[in-house]
Amino acid sequence: MATIHHGGQKYELQPGESVLDGLLRNGVAAAHACKSGSCGSCMMRVLEGELPSSSQPGLKDSWKAQGYFLPCVCVPNGDLTACEVGSDARVPARVTSVDYLSADVLRVGLRCEAPFEFQAGQYLTVISQKGLARSYSIASLPDESSIELHVRLIPNGRMSGWLSKGSPLGAQVQLQGPSGECFYVPGRSEQAMLLVGTGTGLAPLYGIVREALRSGHSGDIHLVHGALRPAGLYLRAELAALAAAYPKLSYTPVVLNGEGESGVVTGSIDAVVAEKFSSLAGWRGFVCGDPGIVRSLKKKLFLAGMPMRDIYSDAFLPSA
Amino acid sequence: MHIMTSTITPTLFEQLGGEAAVEAAVDKFYRKVLTDDRISHFFEDVDMDRQRGKQKAFLTMAFGGPHSYSGKDMRAGHARLVAMGLNDSHFDAVVELLGATLKEMGVADDLIGQVAAIAESTRPDVLGK
Ligand SMILES: Cc1cc2nc3c(=O)[nH]c(=O)nc-3n(C[C@H](O)[C@H](O)[C@H](O)COP(=O)(O)OP(=O)(O)OC[C@H]3O[C@@H](n4cnc5c(N)ncnc54)[C@H](O)[C@@H]3O)c2cc1C
Ligand code: HEM
Repeated sequence: MATIHHGGQKYELQPGESVLDGLLRNGVAAAHACKSGSCGSCMMRVLEGELPSSSQPGLKDSWKAQGYFLPCVCVPNGDLTACEVGSDARVPARVTSVDYLSADVLRVGLRCEAPFEFQAGQYLTVISQKGLARSYSIASLPDESSIELHVRLIPNGRMSGWLSKGSPLGAQVQLQGPSGECFYVPGRSEQAMLLVGTGTGLAPLYGIVREALRSGHSGDIHLVHGALRPAGLYLRAELAALAAAYPKLSYTPVVLNGEGESGVVTGSIDAVVAEKFSSLAGWRGFVCGDPGIVRSLKKKLFLAGMPMRDIYSDAFLPSA
Repeated sequence: MHIMTSTITPTLFEQLGGEAAVEAAVDKFYRKVLTDDRISHFFEDVDMDRQRGKQKAFLTMAFGGPHSYSGKDMRAGHARLVAMGLNDSHFDAVVELLGATLKEMGVADDLIGQVAAIAESTRPDVLGK
């Protein structure tokens, strides 16, 4: 049986248990969010002992070499001594603005206090001073002065509740990441692109579209944003203006419920997309937001001929 | 006269085009699988990105390429599906779709026959017989 040494204490792991689960079971307030080896918010550093190779998925080589690992996917074969990550692996940032994009979507501005490199469309994990970790997609471009996030208010949501009601302005948070492969890769500039997001799934797409336009993407770009009701369609004026300025960009707002709103399509987003885009061989696609819709849309795009390796997606899974 | 006896015959995998052929086949094959009412339900709740990797493993194996699956692995890997009712008719459907995919890619019939034979050899393990 493996023993974990952490913070001067010893914890016995149960057979098959991950280091993170073992620590949480013993009441250690270890930061975590996805619990599946992608968001990086639980990252720790090994001081002694041997890591299974599967415990460092997606980490930079330089981090691997320093013994960083993800305790949520680490089921060790023997004893480990691990510590919290140092300041070199996380970037401190301050909340500099919070405003409403719609009745239930906040725009949160963050100013980093150290360089934080990312690609438009990737996501980061915000870790509050209390150790609460939540992942958010980045809506801003890398050279903009602050990082912009679109945060949906979740009833009784801890992070979204703090951001909306807890006077977060000026507070320091730690940023982990960036993570994810949902971003614009330059090249194949003539390729047609379809971007579909529901709710705050618009956030990464807002970055990706602007990045593609700025990189001189010459193929058509179709952006489809879905919401339950018209009131959920935020950034509508900005997106309509962007589409007016770039003839190759089209913007289609879609709502599930709501009649007669001009310029808005009514229907379920996957049906609307499947009908409007039925032949997608050679296209590139981005799909973000609600996990169930992301899954369904990926399948529809693929069956309409989009190559699987050209479909990029982020499912906004709730924290585990 | 001296006859060269050591002409190197390319393997089936090489004749098909190796890794590149797997890459070219995987999306075509997977689209057929997902839209075939006889078998699509076996693939319903599997993550598509992960599933694509598994389809590539399947194709590499059927194309006679390098792989490290044992018969026991095939048994274990499909046991969940056997419990769902996987039987000979589903197996035949997969072999049929595989052949149709290769045909579309312009692969010669005798090579398709060899691929089908490799797939056939896994039948007892895949079906847990
Ligand atoms: C890769 C990734 C990217 C993400 N990007 C974004 C983003 O750009 N914008 C954004 O707003 N969110 C995004 N999320 C979701 C985000 O990480 C949080 O899960 C979300 O903000 C809820 O956190 P919370 O602390 O406010 O609520 P919590 O305290 O975690 O949840 C409170 C309760 O609400 C439930 N709940 C959580 N989410 C939902 C939901 N969507 N619908 C219904 N019930 C729910 C929980 O199960 C819990 O019972 C992303 C998630 C992932 C994995
Ligand atoms: C024709 C012979 C077949 C071969 C050689 C074969 C081979 C494979 C291989 C190599 C994998 C990947 C295993 C892994 O890495 O986990 C796999 C997975 C899978 N196969 Fe097959 N297979 C065959 C037939 C079938 C049939 C007939 C079906 C169903 C109709 C099927 C459905 C699946 C599914 C759903 C998975 C994914 C399982 C999971 O992720 O749980 N296979 N197969």
